[in-house]
Amino acid sequence: MKNLMMGSALALLATALGGCKTPDANTNGGNDGAKATPKVSRARPYSGKDILLGEYASLTGSEATFGLSTHAGIVMAVDEANAKGGVLNKKIRVQVEDDGGQSNQVPGVIRKLIDEAGVLAILGEVASSNSLAAAPICQAAGVPMLSPSSTNPEVTKKGDYIFRSCFIDPFVGTAMAKFARTNLKAKSAAILVDSDSDYSKGLRDFFTQSFQAQGGKIAATVEYVKGDTAFQAQLTKIKSANPDVIFIPGYYTDVANIAVQARSLRLKQTLLGSDGWDSPDLFKIGKNAIQNSYISNHYSPGSKDPRVVKFVADYKKRNKGQTPDALAAVGYDAAGVMIDAIRRAGSTDRAQIRNALASTKNYPGVTGTITMDKDRNAQKPLTILKIVGNGYQYVTTVKP
Amino acid sequence: MEFLQQCVIGLVQGSIYALIALGYTMVYGVLRFINFAHGDIYMLGAYFGYFAAGRLGTSERLREGGSAGFGEVALVLAIAMIGSALVGVLIERIAYRPLRNAPRLTALITAIGVSMLIEYGAQSLFSPNPQSFPKLIPETPLISSGDFQITLLQVVIIAVAIALMAALQFFIFGTKIGRAMRAVALDRPAAQLMGINTDVVIFWTFAIGSALAAAAGVLNSAYQNTITPLIGISVGLKAFVAAVLGGIGNIPGAVLGGLVLGFAETAVSATDYSAYRDAIAFAILIVVLLVRPSGILGKTTAEKV
Repeated sequence: MKNLMMGSALALLATALGGCKTPDANTNGGNDGAKATPKVSRARPYSGKDILLGEYASLTGSEATFGLSTHAGIVMAVDEANAKGGVLNKKIRVQVEDDGGQSNQVPGVIRKLIDEAGVLAILGEVASSNSLAAAPICQAAGVPMLSPSSTNPEVTKKGDYIFRSCFIDPFVGTAMAKFARTNLKAKSAAILVDSDSDYSKGLRDFFTQSFQAQGGKIAATVEYVKGDTAFQAQLTKIKSANPDVIFIPGYYTDVANIAVQARSLRLKQTLLGSDGWDSPDLFKIGKNAIQNSYISNHYSPGSKDPRVVKFVADYKKRNKGQTPDALAAVGYDAAGVMIDAIRRAGSTDRAQIRNALASTKNYPGVTGTITMDKDRNAQKPLTILKIVGNGYQYVTTVKP
Repeated sequence: MEFLQQCVIGLVQGSIYALIALGYTMVYGVLRFINFAHGDIYMLGAYFGYFAAGRLGTSERLREGGSAGFGEVALVLAIAMIGSALVGVLIERIAYRPLRNAPRLTALITAIGVSMLIEYGAQSLFSPNPQSFPKLIPETPLISSGDFQITLLQVVIIAVAIALMAALQFFIFGTKIGRAMRAVALDRPAAQLMGINTDVVIFWTFAIGSALAAAAGVLNSAYQNTITPLIGISVGLKAFVAAVLGGIGNIPGAVLGGLVLGFAETAVSATDYSAYRDAIAFAILIVVLLVRPSGILGKTTAEKV
């Protein structure tokens, strides 16, 4: 009886693990999407009275501010378009669904948007692992998907209905490596990577390649897993490798915890990061530990560009004085690009909207002028920001 | 130097696992079932500590660069421990006691249900988003030479763990209830026939186990910076592994298992294979169970039919 009990306990344990601890099991499906493409029937032709856009986002969980900011940006763009009479003489609506920031939730959410709500097109996600889980489904259903901020190159390789209105990891990794070598004069770097995240691994690869090509040395690369809370062992290893800078391509909750624990272990190195850091919560959790770090981002809210100034002012008016982070700005631009494409397509035929998206040229966004290249990625400059106090200081802009 | 530093980190991690593993092992010893909601008690302990520190104004003061007094930290810890003890006892009273004579599998499934209820209940009550946990104890280095340092917080975690384990040892071997607990663990029906009130014993088992988990929750959260309603899942699972590793039902075994697991995890995290940390933790469990099915310190008992 006792053995039987232990056996069943362990079996249950295994299912519990499968259910809770591996939210990114689908990432693999995303990586070789061709093999793992789910069987999906084409979406039925669009029949809505209004223009219904679907959005899937992390509205809760450890990347909640990504989803909330993006959504605020999208809603703002849609409201502005509706104030000007909508598109195709129809009102635009957004249906947003929460995926909790977990890629195993994404397929269900996408099916709900396509099969039940019958949306015209889909906006999302921020995290590349989540976009990679959605892309094969949208592609198979023939529903155009536009990601505002997933930078992993694989996302748009899933098919010709998948677009993004931001730059991709090779550009970011290279720019940050160059910045570390040239501006910060770093000779060696350590990398702390989230082994569960396609975004993080992509940035690690391109940063490593470029940093070494420029004569820099990667002193250590250590991994953590999303949701970890103890990073002391990994950080101690980095400490003994004694690099000049530490590159942490991750998401804000983990990064803030890492920074706090690093400072407790007396690691004094400059930290480098990426757009995954950008969140109001980074400052709340990271406090002093993140000061003087450098991150790459999609835009600088302090820019003097009149388009940005107007966007920031209008956003603050709608959102209790909160400064829009980059995710809000890219969300705003993504919705703008989508609405623009629907207008140019002149119909609610998804194939024509796809073609219009692909031919997006010189769209005046707040995060830069957006032109789709032949791989359905936007070519845009990148901004490097320094964290000072509770905000960012503009450092430089890198052109593609 | 790095080796020594990693040993300290492993010791801290192991102490946390040990404190939680004690709860699993005590409940198993007395009731012969795994309380899968125990990891969530750890999480609730962390949240009780978080709210207590907020209510007492400690968080506010720490945010503004102040420090927390000894009495204050002790009070936060006490509130968290008492709060969790109450929840633990309540769970036993509501969910487990009615099933005490039902097949063990029923109680086990109930425990998983209770665990999910707490996790998702906490997500809707406290929000699923991470909260920044106050640094109740500062990380001032006590010993620091070159790359090596031991901070006050690390010393406090280890010291509190040792103190609580010593107190538990005294309770079990030095008090009447402790003796009753051992008797019930040995043979519940016989103990009952000898006039031991098993309900009282089980009450104390849950209260003490939960309080230890809460202490671990508060200390570990101060060490690791943030809390979410799901932090109990992986920590609870690891502590369960630690309890089985040491020999479930055996109290020194739980401590030993916790330490072994803490050191093993830290050792793996410090290599290039850090992504395989959990895989290796479970591999150790499987190997130990293959060689010694009753755990490192567990007694091999003949199956009673």
